[in-house]
Amino acid sequence: MSGSRQSAAANPWRAPALLAVLVVLFVLEGSLSNALFSGSWNSALGILNMGLLSAIMALGVNITWGYGGLFNAGVVGFLALGGLAPVLISTAPVPGAWDAGGVRVVLALVVGLLTLVLATIVARRVPRAWKFWAAFAVVGVGFVIYRFLFDPAVIAIEANNPAKAGNIGGLGWPVLLSWPVGGLLAAAAAWGVGKVALGLRSDYLAIATLGIGEIIVAVMRNEGWLARGVLNMSGIPRPVPYELELQADPAFQARVAGWGMDLATASGIWVKLSYAALFIVIVLALIALSELAQRSPWGRMMRAIRDNEVAAEAMGKNVTRRHLQVFVIGAAVIGLAGAMMVTLDGLLNPAGYNPLRYTFLVWVMVIVGGSGNNWGAVLGAVLIWYLWIKAEIWGPAMMAVITAPMEAGALKSHLMGSAPHMRFIAMGLVLLLVLRFAPRGLVPEK
Amino acid sequence: MDIANALVAILNFVVIPAAAYGSQLALGALGVTLIYGILRFSNFAHGDTMAFGTAMVILLTWALQAMGVSLGPIPTALLALPFGIALTAALVLMTDRWVYRHYRRVRADPIVLVMASVGVMFVMNGLTRLVIGVEEIRFDDGARFIISVQQFKAWSGLAEGLSFRTTQAITLIVAALSCWALFRFLNRTRSGKAMRAYSDNEDLALLSGIDPERVVRMTWIIATALAVMAGTLYGLDKSFKAFNYFQILLPIFAAAIVGGLGSPTGAVAGGFIIAFSEVAVTYPWKKIAGYLFPTWQPDGLLQLLSTEYKFAVSFVILIVVLLFRPTGLFRGKSV
Repeated sequence: MSGSRQSAAANPWRAPALLAVLVVLFVLEGSLSNALFSGSWNSALGILNMGLLSAIMALGVNITWGYGGLFNAGVVGFLALGGLAPVLISTAPVPGAWDAGGVRVVLALVVGLLTLVLATIVARRVPRAWKFWAAFAVVGVGFVIYRFLFDPAVIAIEANNPAKAGNIGGLGWPVLLSWPVGGLLAAAAAWGVGKVALGLRSDYLAIATLGIGEIIVAVMRNEGWLARGVLNMSGIPRPVPYELELQADPAFQARVAGWGMDLATASGIWVKLSYAALFIVIVLALIALSELAQRSPWGRMMRAIRDNEVAAEAMGKNVTRRHLQVFVIGAAVIGLAGAMMVTLDGLLNPAGYNPLRYTFLVWVMVIVGGSGNNWGAVLGAVLIWYLWIKAEIWGPAMMAVITAPMEAGALKSHLMGSAPHMRFIAMGLVLLLVLRFAPRGLVPEK
Repeated sequence: MDIANALVAILNFVVIPAAAYGSQLALGALGVTLIYGILRFSNFAHGDTMAFGTAMVILLTWALQAMGVSLGPIPTALLALPFGIALTAALVLMTDRWVYRHYRRVRADPIVLVMASVGVMFVMNGLTRLVIGVEEIRFDDGARFIISVQQFKAWSGLAEGLSFRTTQAITLIVAALSCWALFRFLNRTRSGKAMRAYSDNEDLALLSGIDPERVVRMTWIIATALAVMAGTLYGLDKSFKAFNYFQILLPIFAAAIVGGLGSPTGAVAGGFIIAFSEVAVTYPWKKIAGYLFPTWQPDGLLQLLSTEYKFAVSFVILIVVLLFRPTGLFRGKSV
């Protein structure tokens, strides 16, 4: 694999051609109304916005995979953790929540963190034979203190106005500020996992990240005090105007009348376009940063490490530390996407974080787009997201054609009922085919 | 102090469930570890192989039930199991022929094989959803209990009841038999020795005339048989839900790593370590403490972690092993 990554130069027209295909697909979705396309610009822009967010996730994965050759199987966890930031930073404070047990919860978390730090120090200082048991004793004592502080505080916070709040509440700061915070949260978690699992065999990181991904989602589902858990957190502030505000605004009404459009549709499109503009700016900024990094001495070092770890190590490069660095940066970008996604939805729904959709589909995007190439990852992400959404509609449409000659019965209705699941098979096949016949992706690395 | 009741409660709520769950994990981890030993990659499609195989077993069980076939007190699914294994093994061998063989030939990085297994995982997941859907399915039939709570209370006269379900007994028996058969195969037969030789040193095994493709085929068939058994037993014991089989991947991987990837003995030990820790950590010990220390009145449930965090247990054990003994308890492969 390493040898083929930088071999023949790819056709420079691949990226523009793929972009053109995407534009055509979105125009078709927006303007044609038939069995395959909805003919609604609102729907087309909705797909585009999620596609752009997927592109940011793909950029994050591409940093770890394309630069470091590391397999992060816990994308869903870092995404969910990033989604916590808008809730904690920008929602309105919950009256009484902080007094109920805020200080105690923070104290408990600090104790928990100190326990881990102390356990690490103890494990390093104590002789080999006693290392494990000494660390175990420290963690045991720390855990008891932590639970003693934590449990009553959580009960008190969750009892505070449980029907409407029951969570610790936010700071009420601007929502755009929460996006980088989402990245920081994910980076902190990634640092912890990477510190343990990197430097060992490559699959260990994959399995450890698979675990941390599931645990982060489980924490967000069950810790009601944090962001209401499965009760969901809605009403997260927006960086763009609300549809109803626009519809009530006389200036907007006059402009829409000039275009000859329906007010409700126009306001929906306006909001989605504003989000799209915001997201495109961030995607372009990330690509620019990424390309700069790639061309810098640091980027050359990363490629050298990826292509031959032993040689790079012989040249005095600290491979494990560099791996930790790209792993943390990649996770931060994924966390940023998580915060942006929650802002776009206006909702934090921890039950919706499905690893197939948010970890492995993002991987399909990166592999199909072209690992190691930022434009490839972005275009691949938008393309795969478009196909993923449309396959849910195309699958049944295709199944209806296939089953048309069959008589109505249990088999036909079963086939029709499970047709939307065909997209999982389709995505798997796309991944396998690309991996086998075009391992460098649609837009290969330069 | 009421030791008899405490022991019965521990047996009923901790030992029996954990032993059944541990057997299921051990069977799953054996499959993962065999594939790792021979094909040298972590198979992310293993959970979905379990799900697909179980779906096949359920369909066959329904067909047998419709024909009026039954095993009396034993679940019909056991009769369907060999056929389910055969169908799943056929599919898995096709994935090897069309997907993995190519990467073996070009000697691709293990991580590329992992990526390919993600593609296979998607396809298997879609197939499972296509044939059986995403709903929860219960497919155990026959007698529910070998010992029921009422029977036990009447027999022993204790306040605490003990139940032993048929599915738990079957899980323990099937797991014990298949482990025995597997270890006998690996240690006593020519083919098993060829597999171990190939796992220990590929070049040396090739040199002594072992056919690598045959070893690989055997590995896939054995791993699939173990996976389908694990999946069916898990489904009989709890219930079948496709997504649960994806989630069980983490404890299975953790079990294989704790034991040492590539080491079959380690996989079995790892399965039981994970299962017993998971159940012990998420079980509320208040009742048992009440029997042992009647004067002590604790405030909480004496539960270390709520059941929603049971995956955290396997994760923490995994991390501890990675930190203190990265090759696992039984010294698996370090490549």
